[in-house]
Formats: sequence, structure tokens, C-alpha cells
Amino acid sequence: MATTARKSSKSKKEQPKYSKEQYLSWYELMLRIRRFEEAALLAYSQQKIRGFLHVYIGEEAVAAGIESAIRREDAVITAYRQHGTAIGRGVSTRAAMAELFGKKTGINKGKGGSMHFFSAKHRYFGGNGIVGAQIPVGTGIAFAEKYKGTDNICVTMFGDGAARQGALHESFNMAMTWQLPVLYICENNHYAMGTSVARTSNVHEIYKIGCAYEMPSEPVDGMNPESVHEAVSRAAEHVRSGKGPYFLEINTYRYKGHSVSDPAKYRTKEELMQYRAKDPIKTIEARILDFGLASAEELKDIKQRIEAEIQDAVRFAEESPYPDPEELYEDVYVQPDYPFMKD
Amino acid sequence: MGKILQLREAIREGMVEEMRRDERVFLMGEEVGQYNGAYKVSKGMLDEFGPKRVIDTPISELGFAGIGVGAAMNGLRPIVEFMTWNFAVLAFDQVVNNAAKTLNMSSGEFTCPIVFRGPTGSAGQLAQQHSQTFESWLGNAPGLKVISCVDPADAKGLIKSAIRDDDPVCMMESELMYGYKGEVPEGEYLVPIGVAAVRRTGSDVTIVSFNKMMIQALKAAEELAKESISAEVIDLRTIRPVDYHTIIESVKKTNRLVVVDESWPLFGVSAEIAYEVQKFAFDYLDAPVIRVNAADTPLPYAPTLVEAWLPNPEKVIRAVKQVMYVPAN
Ligand SMILES: Cc1ncc(C[n+]2csc(CCOP(=O)(O)OP(=O)(O)O)c2C)c(N)n1
Ligand SMILES: [Mg+2]
Repeated sequence: MATTARKSSKSKKEQPKYSKEQYLSWYELMLRIRRFEEAALLAYSQQKIRGFLHVYIGEEAVAAGIESAIRREDAVITAYRQHGTAIGRGVSTRAAMAELFGKKTGINKGKGGSMHFFSAKHRYFGGNGIVGAQIPVGTGIAFAEKYKGTDNICVTMFGDGAARQGALHESFNMAMTWQLPVLYICENNHYAMGTSVARTSNVHEIYKIGCAYEMPSEPVDGMNPESVHEAVSRAAEHVRSGKGPYFLEINTYRYKGHSVSDPAKYRTKEELMQYRAKDPIKTIEARILDFGLASAEELKDIKQRIEAEIQDAVRFAEESPYPDPEELYEDVYVQPDYPFMKD
Repeated sequence: MGKILQLREAIREGMVEEMRRDERVFLMGEEVGQYNGAYKVSKGMLDEFGPKRVIDTPISELGFAGIGVGAAMNGLRPIVEFMTWNFAVLAFDQVVNNAAKTLNMSSGEFTCPIVFRGPTGSAGQLAQQHSQTFESWLGNAPGLKVISCVDPADAKGLIKSAIRDDDPVCMMESELMYGYKGEVPEGEYLVPIGVAAVRRTGSDVTIVSFNKMMIQALKAAEELAKESISAEVIDLRTIRPVDYHTIIESVKKTNRLVVVDESWPLFGVSAEIAYEVQKFAFDYLDAPVIRVNAADTPLPYAPTLVEAWLPNPEKVIRAVKQVMYVPAN
């Protein structure tokens, strides 16, 4: 939990704002996501994963800072760049990797693949492949929480590209009018495929869109889980207390192309290097060491443990069977004897 | 003699020629300009025509489809590209409620000469939301014309006809087939909307198909030939209006029909063709019409399920043998 922030000054050494456990858990989660994504990219190059693969490398602090600031019972929904968010929710790397491999043991039995993980147990309402479609759906999940009288919130995440969909405006308006417990988070990684934020609107600071609906809205540094955690804690508190929606624009960067097939020629190497210099994992690692919260040895142990976990996940995925063809007709209707048209 | 072009190049050539010919034609969509198209169909077009006529849009399908409709009502001839037709679902209000109905609602006061185009159908392991065909959805709406083809020459000739057409036209392409090569005639080349093509002549059975399922149908026909079964293969090319004449004439000759269609089976193109054939060639049929469709389910990600879901040459061969009362081996 947060302790009072102390102003850092040159004379006085900066003190950690959060507990050792908190820093280590951010470090571990971000590392888990990064290693998972790297392993996924490798498996894709070996054609063990097919279709679209959108990785989260560079954006790990967003998932880490959100998860530490919300409750397990809160709901989360996002788009197709979702492995990190799902793992943050607690989806195991085994189940996630097996899903990417299209295996029966995947989180969704190999039916969803990279873009669609869902886990009711983890209150994870999925990865949506239609840009912006999850914005009204997340608003509806929040609607149900209010209807049922809980104090849960729904974190509804979307990209900068999705912020240009009409569905966002309709959702913002209804959520504000009906004071729904929804925390909107735009993960602004500055590009929607090859299109920069500046090329799609005159409103370059996406958080300002919320202001048109009188929704409390602010920008956040997304390259550090501390700043994400701080902002999300504050926003979640506001939403949870019944004061209605909140909008955070979390600024981050994807190091890789949009998906595996995108060479990302639309941006400069310098820009990428600028963000890499602020790498969230390196930042937190340095802070842990600076604060003396753990030794380099301890961090090395964590790294080794994570690497072993990811290797195990890949092996698990590899050794698992594919779903049987008859699975096609499962999970289409709840009705068990639905009469499919089979010829 | 012609030249060999990929499907994407043929569509591009058609658009480029029409844009050179007619100032009113412009292209609009996600990533069509600076990125040269998500599937490189519009490669180089921004360089030639500039940002006034090759327009990158935000991810706002409903909005830019509607902007296209308005522009068409007011004297321009837009080509609206959807990155795939799966995303055009957001824009169906504008396609179906406006483009398709403008002429009728306005009793002819306004036309809506617009082309909506993009890839349709599954493209490997892209899972539920990215693996749908929309020919029967669009074909269902009076006011629209619907093209669906993968042969490069057809695609070029048909996109040109579509751009010149005074009615709204939906052009269904294919992600997996953009690299598919074929011979395209040199010079001005137009293919009329509403005319099917006989791809292979035969006498024992008619196989009707369109878009990338044509390839499966042709492969099946080749295999069948080895067993001395002669299949006539018809490429619909246009879904609305359907060229019933070519189908009926073929069935009168072969007396047997198999329809291969990647759409879901219910209420689809295959159902419509079977209806028409039983009505107009009833006395010529020696067996019930059989269709080969995608499974009646969404398409999941796993390779085993993709395999089970899609029509393939084996399934087509099985269907042909069924209508011929030949035991499958
Ligand atoms: C409605 C819709 N239109 C287009 C697409 C194709 N598409 C997939 S991702 C994407 C870019 C989205 O960018 P952004 O929202 O910024 O998310 P990011 O990929 O940066 O995480 C596009 C255009 C889609 N999936 N859905
Ligand atoms: Mg983005």
C-alpha cells in the first residue's frame, strides 16, 4: 500500500513509496509478461503459433500498475493485445501459451488464440478483436455491477486507435449520464497499426476526449508501474465510491511492430530508442537495487525462476493435444442438443 | 496476350485506371495511403494521386462509410476500403440503410455510386471475429450489387465496372488470395457485373462456387477427372445479381449440382441457388442439389478446427460422388 510520498531532493536520498513486496511483484509480473511474449515470438517464427500475434513488449508497466491498484473481484476487459493483461489477472502462463499454440489445454481450449483469452474465474472479460468493441461492453459490465449493488468496478481498456470509434463517445456519454462504475483506460502506444495518433484527429491528448463528457480525465506516464499504480488507485477509488466513470490515458510504447507481419517502418529508430531508454523493467530493477530492497543475486533468482516458468509453459503447450474436430460444435449454443445444420 | 498480375495488383490497376480517367473517383480507408494498404492493394496510389484522392482514415468505419455515401450523393464516386469485411459490420448501417436505399427513398432524386471493397472470408487461424463471409448478408439487400472473385483478370474488369456503375457495389476480395496470380489482358478491360464464368467445361456434374472456394472446386474437378468424372465448374463472380442463366443451362446439361460456398450454410448463397435450380431445372435434376459450406459454427483458432470447418477438395469430391450415386472410396 502507498505510504506518504516524500519529495526527493539531491541532498536527501529518495525513499521507496511502496513496500519491497510491491516492487518485487511488479518486477516479477513485468518480467513474466516480457519473457512470455519473447517466447511467443520465437514460437511464431517456428510456425507453432499462427494467425495474428500482437505482443505487449514495452507496455508491461500498464498491466502491472493496473493490477496492483484494483481488486481481484473487479472486472477487466481489453482488446486483442492482451496477453499481458490476462497474465496480470492471474491467467497462468501455461494456459496462455497453450492457447497460443491452439491446444486443448489452453485457457479457452485453443478456440480463441492470441486475440481472445477469457477467464470468468479471473474476472477477465476478454480480448476483443474488433477495434473499440470492448468499450461499450466494458460499460455494460459496469452497468451490471451497479445494478447488482456491488462496489466492483470494470476497467475498460482500449488503444489510441480505438479512441476514434464512435462507440467510445456513445459509451462515455451513457456511462456519465448513468454514473456507471467504469474506469476507462486508453493505452496510448502512439500508433494504431501504421497510423500515429496525430494523423487521426486534432485532439492529440486523448484524455481530453473525456472532458467533453465532464468525465474526470488525465494523462499518465505508462513506462513505470509506480505512476500507473498511483493514477489507477486514485481513479479506482473515485469510481468505486459511486462518483461515476474516470478516464486515464496511459502513455506507453510498443517496441515491436503492430503484429508479427508489421515491419514498423512508419516510426524512427530514435523514437524507439527513447522509449527503450525508459524501459519499465530496467527502471524498476534499478529502483529496487537503489532502494536496497533486494540484492542483484535475489533479482537473478527471480529471473531464473521466470525463465524456467516460461520454458515449462512452452513445453506444456508443445506437448498438449489439439482439440478434436468434434469440438467445433461445442460452445456455440448453451442449449445442449441444438440442431446444427450439418449437411 | 496479357500480363501476369497478382490479385492485389489487378485490383490496384483497375482503381488506378479509373482514377486517371475520372477526377471524381477517390479511395478512402484505414492505412490505404502512407502504409500502402494493410494488404498492399493500394501500394503507390498515394504517390500518384496525393492525399486529396487517397485518404487515410481513423478507425471509424461507420463514420467514413457514411462520409462516402454523402460524397456519392453529392456527385463524387468514392471507393471505400474496409481493412476486412469483418470490420465493415460497424458500417452496415450506412451500407444497408443508406447506400442501398438512397435511390428508392428519394424516388430517383439521388443516386449513390459508391464502391465498398475489402477482403472477405477466413484467412487461416484468425479465429471467430476475423473469419466471416458476408456475401449472403449483402446479397440479401435490394439496392446493392455484390461482386466476389479472386481471378485477377475478373477482379480488374469487375472493379472497373463497379466504379463506373451508378449503383452501390460491394466488392468482396480475399486476404489469402491477394498474392494469387493470373493473366490479365493488356489495355482497357471490363467485365460486366452479373455474368458468371465457366472455368472448366464438363458433362457429369456442375460445381458452382465463387471467391477462394473456386480453387477448392477446381482442385476437386481435377481429381475427379482422374476417376473419369467430368465436372463443369462455374465461377459466379457476381453474387447479386446472380447469373442464373449460366447455372441453369449447365444443370440442364449435367443434371447434377454441387454448390461450394465458404459462407455458413443457413440462408446463404448456396440455399438461394438450390432454390432457383429446383424451380427452373426441376425436370432436369437426377439428384438433389448438395452444398458444401463452412460448418454451421463460428470459426475457432485451433488448426484442427479450421481444417474441420472449411470446405476442401475431399468434401467437394464426396458431395459430387453423392449426387452421382457413386460410392465414395
Ligand atoms: C473495427 C476494426 N477495424 C479495423 C481493425 C483492424 N485493426 C486491428 S488492430 C488495428 C489498430 C488498432 O490500434 P490501437 O487501438 O491503437 O491498438 P494497439 O494495436 O496500438 O494496441 C486495426 C486498424 C479491427 N480489428 N477492427
Ligand atoms: Mg495503439
